[in-house]
Amino acid sequence: MKREIPLLIVLVFGVFMAFQYFVPHRISSNIYQEFNNWTIIIGIFTMVIGIASLLSVHYSKIRFRKEGWGYSFVTIISLIGMAGLGLFGGMENDLFIHFYRFGLSPVTATMFALLAFFIASAAYRAFRARTVLSTLLLLAAVIVMLGRVPIGEIISGWLPEPLQLSKISEFLLYVPNTAAKRTIYIGVGLGVAAVSLKIILGIERTWLGGDGK
Amino acid sequence: MNQQQMPSEGFWSRLINIDRRWIYLVIGIVVFIPILFPIGLPVQVTKEVQNVYDRIDSLKAGSIIMIPMEYDPATMAELQPMAYAILRHCFSKGIKVISTALQIEGVTIIKNDLELIAAEYGRKYGEDYVFLGYKPYPGIVILNMGEDFRKPFPRDYYGNLLDSLPMMAGVYNYSSCAMIVNINATSGVDYWINYAHTRYGAPLAIGVTAVMATDYYAFLSSNQIFGLIGGLKGAAEYEKLINHPGLAMRAMDVQSIAHSVIVIFIIVGNIAYFSSRKKKG
Repeated sequence: MKREIPLLIVLVFGVFMAFQYFVPHRISSNIYQEFNNWTIIIGIFTMVIGIASLLSVHYSKIRFRKEGWGYSFVTIISLIGMAGLGLFGGMENDLFIHFYRFGLSPVTATMFALLAFFIASAAYRAFRARTVLSTLLLLAAVIVMLGRVPIGEIISGWLPEPLQLSKISEFLLYVPNTAAKRTIYIGVGLGVAAVSLKIILGIERTWLGGDGK
Repeated sequence: MNQQQMPSEGFWSRLINIDRRWIYLVIGIVVFIPILFPIGLPVQVTKEVQNVYDRIDSLKAGSIIMIPMEYDPATMAELQPMAYAILRHCFSKGIKVISTALQIEGVTIIKNDLELIAAEYGRKYGEDYVFLGYKPYPGIVILNMGEDFRKPFPRDYYGNLLDSLPMMAGVYNYSSCAMIVNINATSGVDYWINYAHTRYGAPLAIGVTAVMATDYYAFLSSNQIFGLIGGLKGAAEYEKLINHPGLAMRAMDVQSIAHSVIVIFIIVGNIAYFSSRKKKG
């Protein structure tokens, strides 16, 4: 029964969700809304597990003084501090807003801004025209990088339109890029449909845990 | 770098193995100089941005647009100028705005952005714009809003019942909005395409970061989205269209120079690589 009940739940709900998509009736829509709310409620329980797991991992690092335990200490203090401020002081609490605006915001913005430096270094060291394919990739990257910013217009604006960097860049984005992306999306879509069907019909059971038996 | 080995290494090998801090320094300098001394490079408008502008511009005062915004401090530099430009366009024309923030890290920023631009044009909360705030699980929230905004958001961000807001009278779901312009730095943009547009038929345009933009040209040519604003360049194009130059247009100088320098790095790196390989035989 431990296996049969979850499999039955997945079958019933999976078939209903596929069915209701094609039946825009009020009853079907109301049940569907209710199921969506259940999904959110069930999802919130995963957050509890996530927080418990985070606390457990970092507490263990602090307790056994593992490498970088100081960062774990900061993580736990930040988690408890921000959660406490938000829960007891509300989302509009000055201290909560200040920690967000002058703590979290600059830190995450700085991390993202550093990407420009890493990309420049990586491009210098790794972008090599070793093979025909890598040369094509390199050329496409250079054209798009220049064609998508104003300087591309200045460099190639005097050329006939089909040879201008902005036009070649537009062609690369609309034609080869779109063709490749569509192929990937269609492949992924068919894969998702096939796996979903296997799960709904109980053929794929690894989600049950263990080896699925 | 091993200083004792350097004299025996060739020029090209040394160039390949240059300390990366020199590269960081060059990038730092080329980013700062155009900020201090703006060049004012001209911005060309692409058709995917022009489409968004034209569709919004064709609306009458009093029409409603949904502008869900999902960005955080990390992606704010690219998407905030875009949000400002679109909000300015809407508020200047008397178009009403419904907004959500389905990414938790960005809720406060988006609330402030809405309030800031609305105040610039003297727009009132509840009459000219509504902020629904955040709910977890964007896919489910987007599906539920397709039925009725009140299902996932019985109250707005400030705790007001939606039915108590004058602007929300008779506004139930996406069909009450002329279009959706989703400004998004997350993969959640796929939900807006798959659910809001494909399932509920809402006309949709998206504004995404530059690295994400290439993923969505496929949806543009299939008409699943009618417009695409890509990164800071897209924001600069929109600023030009509304004739309100801002941060994005100023940043185009920086981006142009930085891109050019990275291209020079790639060329120099390749010359050094092939020259050193030739020398080794």
